[in-house]
Amino acid sequence: MKRILALVLSAALMASAFSVLSGCSDNEGVAKTGEVVYVYNWGEYISNGDDGSMDVNAEFEKETGIEVKYLNFSSNEEMYAKIKNGTSMVDVIIPSDYMIAQLIRENMLEKLDFSNIPNYGNIDEKFRKPAFDPTGEYSVAYTWGCTAIFYDSRYVDAADVDETTWDLLWNEKYKGKILMFNNQRDAFGVAEAKLGYSLNTENPEELEACYQELVKQNPLVQGYYGDQIFDKMESGEAIIAPYYNGDMKMLMEGNENIKGYIPKGANTFIDSMCIPTCCQNKSAAEKYINFMCREDVALANAEYIGYASPISAVVDQLDEESTSEFFYPSDEKLAECEVFYQLSDETNTFLAEKWEALMNQTID
Amino acid sequence: MKKDSWIASPFMLWVVIFTVVPLAMVCWYAFTDSTGAFTLANIETIGTYWGYLKDSLVMGAVATVLCLLLGYPVAYVMSRASWVAQQTLMLLLMLPQWMNFLLRTYAWMTILENNGLINTLLGHIGIGPFHMINTKGAIILGMVYNFLPYMILPIYSVMEKIHKSLFEAANDLGANRVQTFRRVVLPLSLPGVITGITMVFVPSVSTFVISQMLGGGRNPLIGDVIERLFVGAAPNYNVGAALSLVLMVLILISMAVMKKFDDGEETGGLMM
Repeated sequence: MKRILALVLSAALMASAFSVLSGCSDNEGVAKTGEVVYVYNWGEYISNGDDGSMDVNAEFEKETGIEVKYLNFSSNEEMYAKIKNGTSMVDVIIPSDYMIAQLIRENMLEKLDFSNIPNYGNIDEKFRKPAFDPTGEYSVAYTWGCTAIFYDSRYVDAADVDETTWDLLWNEKYKGKILMFNNQRDAFGVAEAKLGYSLNTENPEELEACYQELVKQNPLVQGYYGDQIFDKMESGEAIIAPYYNGDMKMLMEGNENIKGYIPKGANTFIDSMCIPTCCQNKSAAEKYINFMCREDVALANAEYIGYASPISAVVDQLDEESTSEFFYPSDEKLAECEVFYQLSDETNTFLAEKWEALMNQTID
Repeated sequence: MKKDSWIASPFMLWVVIFTVVPLAMVCWYAFTDSTGAFTLANIETIGTYWGYLKDSLVMGAVATVLCLLLGYPVAYVMSRASWVAQQTLMLLLMLPQWMNFLLRTYAWMTILENNGLINTLLGHIGIGPFHMINTKGAIILGMVYNFLPYMILPIYSVMEKIHKSLFEAANDLGANRVQTFRRVVLPLSLPGVITGITMVFVPSVSTFVISQMLGGGRNPLIGDVIERLFVGAAPNYNVGAALSLVLMVLILISMAVMKKFDDGEETGGLMM
């Protein structure tokens, strides 16, 4: 017995030792310049070398000799909290539209020097001067997408699926099998879209109606999650959930029965690369952004993460399945979607109070 | 002794930078508004969060009691076992701790899910499924699982030091096993129990990862509320800090009560 235990233990130790070693060896053979670029991005949002894909950060290190320190955040607000105090080591951030607007307003972003980002020319014209950065001086589009409803076609009746509305998330038949966003903005966004309101409404009566809608939905909801929605949908633990369209690609690899659609009023977003004022190495940051806009790198990222690329030359090289209407909604479809704007502090506080009240509805 | 106290200075510096200064910042935020002016308004809003505080304290207390009930006998058995058995048990206890806390909790999520490990196994023999995930029970289970070693270890280390001769003496004096336990082991192990309770209760009350993963966003604890106040969509560091401060004070009070109980027991033990 003891011998078996010792064997198991040593095997476990060896395994961990090897993974540590192989983790280090990735950086071998890089002619280091001693420069470092700190990149702060969403989780699972870059091609990382899995399944034969390009390891984008390693490739950047190899070509430039600049070491990449790569960090993840799971919400725009988390990212904001980290860079707000100005002492964090961050050179490149990739937040969403409304957060970029806020950062610009608060003078927290550096203007980019586009002569250092020649590959900016690859970015399609329509992504260059978005509403959140009207002069286009602060941001370079990285990906774009929409919120969508995902469902497991094994368990959800095709007759219950109406691709124009959000009603599936309120369908009593699937009580306990429905997931919901655990961040107030996205969750209220779903209710606003369902009721036909603007996703940026600050009208207290409309927001109250949305709250009532979420209260109505609450008993049907299995749980409120962020990234865990992915795992729960993949494993079949839940069968209906709102999520972001680009994740469908990876999700289908784990569960081929997952289908999705973008209902009316969905949120459409652009995540863009920016340089915060707390940046320590602006030239390295611009090199990194330039690298990410290079066609082969952008293609590797688009293939790996599944979100829509703002570079037509990249889109043209993707297979048909990856460029379907679901991943690249048409302009007509997008006309029905809405971009988030930064809400006033009063509205955010109001929503936060409502959100606490919703979370406190016990249904055990 | 005094002459050598400088050797602790690196640690003292550490404590100042990473405990005293942050604590001072929490206090500063708790008693100021967004413009930096002094205010008691943050403390006054705490009332609206009382439900969360109460829930967290109750669930933390339940988890602590369960850890004590589970951990105390284990610690006792371990302390009386042979050296080899002690080392083996210790290893088995510590082994899961080598794995990341988040992963361990994530694993419980897949174990407790409706399509999870337990329900799948039970399904094969025609029982269930039982609804376990996203309940208060699941959160408490997560707390017990994650923090149990912090209950066992201090009790074990105290019990291990109880000298064998004390048992022999009790035996000689005609005490049976129950009496020996009540009069010798129990009083001598109390300092370990107090430490264990502190080490389980404090992280249980303030956790937010466990309640998010195993509670599915339902039954939020005070830790969830504090987290949202710092990194949510409507951040309010001032109220967040005030809540943290109140939580800290509540924990300190419960610790002080425990300590009193401990002292009382010790004098009681001497009188016996």
